Amino acid sequence: MMRTKLSWPSVAGVALLLVAPAVVYPVLVMKVLCFALFACAFNLLLGFTGLLSFGHAAFLGTAAYLTGHALKVWEVPTLVGLILGTVGAAALGWVIGSLAIRRQGIYFAMVTLALAQLVFFVLMQAPFTHGDDGLQGVPRGTLFGIDLTNDYALYYLVVALFVGAFWLIRRTIDSPFGQILKAIRENEPRVVSLGYDVARYKLIAFVLSAALAGLAGATKTLVFNFATLGDAHWHMSGEVVLMTLLGGMGTVFGPVVGAALIVTLQNELAVVAGSLVTVIMGAIFVVCVLAFRRGIVGEGIALYRRMIGEKVG
Amino acid sequence: MQGQPLPGDAHDPPPILETRGLVKEFRGFIAVNGVDLTVRRGHIHALIGPNGAGKTTCFNLLTKFLEPTRGTIRFKGEDITRAAPQAVARRGMVRSFQISSVFPHLSVRDNVRVALQRELGTSFHFWKSGRTLDSLDARAMELLESVGLEKFATMVAVELPYGRKRALELATTLALDPELMLLDEPTQGMGHEDVDRVMELIKQVSANRTILMVEHNMKVVAGICDRITVLARGAVLAEGDYATVSANPAVIEAYMGAESEDLFGEEPTQATSTRVPATEVVS
Ligand SMILES: Nc1ncnc2c1ncn2[C@@H]1O[C@H](COP(=O)(O)OP(=O)(O)OP(=O)(O)O)[C@@H](O)[C@H]1O
Ligand SMILES: [Mg+2]
Repeated sequence: MMRTKLSWPSVAGVALLLVAPAVVYPVLVMKVLCFALFACAFNLLLGFTGLLSFGHAAFLGTAAYLTGHALKVWEVPTLVGLILGTVGAAALGWVIGSLAIRRQGIYFAMVTLALAQLVFFVLMQAPFTHGDDGLQGVPRGTLFGIDLTNDYALYYLVVALFVGAFWLIRRTIDSPFGQILKAIRENEPRVVSLGYDVARYKLIAFVLSAALAGLAGATKTLVFNFATLGDAHWHMSGEVVLMTLLGGMGTVFGPVVGAALIVTLQNELAVVAGSLVTVIMGAIFVVCVLAFRRGIVGEGIALYRRMIGEKVG
Repeated sequence: MQGQPLPGDAHDPPPILETRGLVKEFRGFIAVNGVDLTVRRGHIHALIGPNGAGKTTCFNLLTKFLEPTRGTIRFKGEDITRAAPQAVARRGMVRSFQISSVFPHLSVRDNVRVALQRELGTSFHFWKSGRTLDSLDARAMELLESVGLEKFATMVAVELPYGRKRALELATTLALDPELMLLDEPTQGMGHEDVDRVMELIKQVSANRTILMVEHNMKVVAGICDRITVLARGAVLAEGDYATVSANPAVIEAYMGAESEDLFGEEPTQATSTRVPATEVVS
């Protein structure tokens, strides 16, 4: 039932993405897609495993720099650069995840935050990141002979990456593995009592999430031709929490909606409101947490269920 | 099942679970104090005692949810004192929890499937379709039928009334077909009919397994348990069949003040007649 209900938004979404550059500036859509992927990866942990990571910027940032450095200095092919960033984030995810999953609840969040700060300081000091200047002038390169410096050419690569990653996340949620993740989210001791090695499930989920967050960061470098410390800053970790909660954690499309909204708002507000943007973001967060806890998509689903007469838990 | 006792030696089947000198201290407070417990294969064994006696702590120690401070635990002849809780479960000792322990936002059927899917060995396969789990549906429905929940299969577990949640928990535990099943107050909070049904069910599923249960309802204990261990303040106070234990003055004493009505709870008049003013309350 879930499957058929959700497949039409997917089809509509893909169709929309394919024609979007005709009406919207492609770089803006690509930015939205990068953050949407970031938020979806984050949501795999928060929404479907019940783990609140407050250090996901570390994966976005590390991959952004790694891909940037590989493309600019090592001059590897674009695809190899993307893979390097993703694999690097996965490896970092394995290290941070192994340390963090030993803790529960708020302590888990604190360990991820602390380790992400460590990563941030390393990136700040390391020579190859060029500190506050950021890693500038990363070339996009070519893919199968197509020149990616053309925004439209890159756009379809980004759409393909996003759709592929999004499909993988949905598949994971639906898979036998995802079933156990949801069970862990619902009642961890019970899953242990049924004989599952909960720590391993959490770690695999964490690594998957870190890898996909890394893919988002790598793609972002490609889109903007640079990587900055902002990608690894704890503000970024907070922003992805906001996107996910605003859109609806634990829903498949919520993080996409949340990311689209936040990115567009930031773009619009930067012009008119300047430094007030953070205040406005904070206010949105408060309203979202107080008024609609399920997030936009979550409330939408609840409303729909009420209308067709289902009880909502 | 292996090693079914013959009718001739039914009085003394071999032990499946044995503890020696089991101790659990919580920062100086001794919750379990030198417990020697022997659970024999094929028995329904009750663990009873006043509130705070250490029954749940015992369960947590046996299933390795807590590390014992001292003592050893042997399950099927193997020392499991240092094993991980999930490893203990995989060896065939599966527990339920005192507080209803379902997966609230999964459907009733999916609750049972979480237990069933372990056997498929695909639980790490994040790339596999969820449809590969559909092969478990027939068995899941069978289990739900056995606890009278087949009509609720598609309902979200959180919406079940309390008694039904406990039944679902039982079905989920049964899904693993455990050799030794530990039930922490399976009938707690249930109405009369539900208690009777669960009692009947426990009796029925005990046919080819061993059950250790914490139970306050003496009707259940008297009705289906082969052996009873009474725990008070962390130590074993008495052990034997129902007649022996319920006649033991030390047991009656231990229940006084705390909850004498539990021990003789079926007959209200009897409960009041045996109640003596509380001299000490076991916390
Ligand atoms: N994690 C813990 N930390 C400190 N004390 C604990 C802990 N768990 C249990 N205790 C204490 O150990 C004692 C035994 O508790 P336990 O839950 O095992 O009792 P019980 O026999 O199951 O009681 P009930 O019939 O109420 O379920 C109690 O005094 C309880 O307060
Ligand atoms: Mg208890």
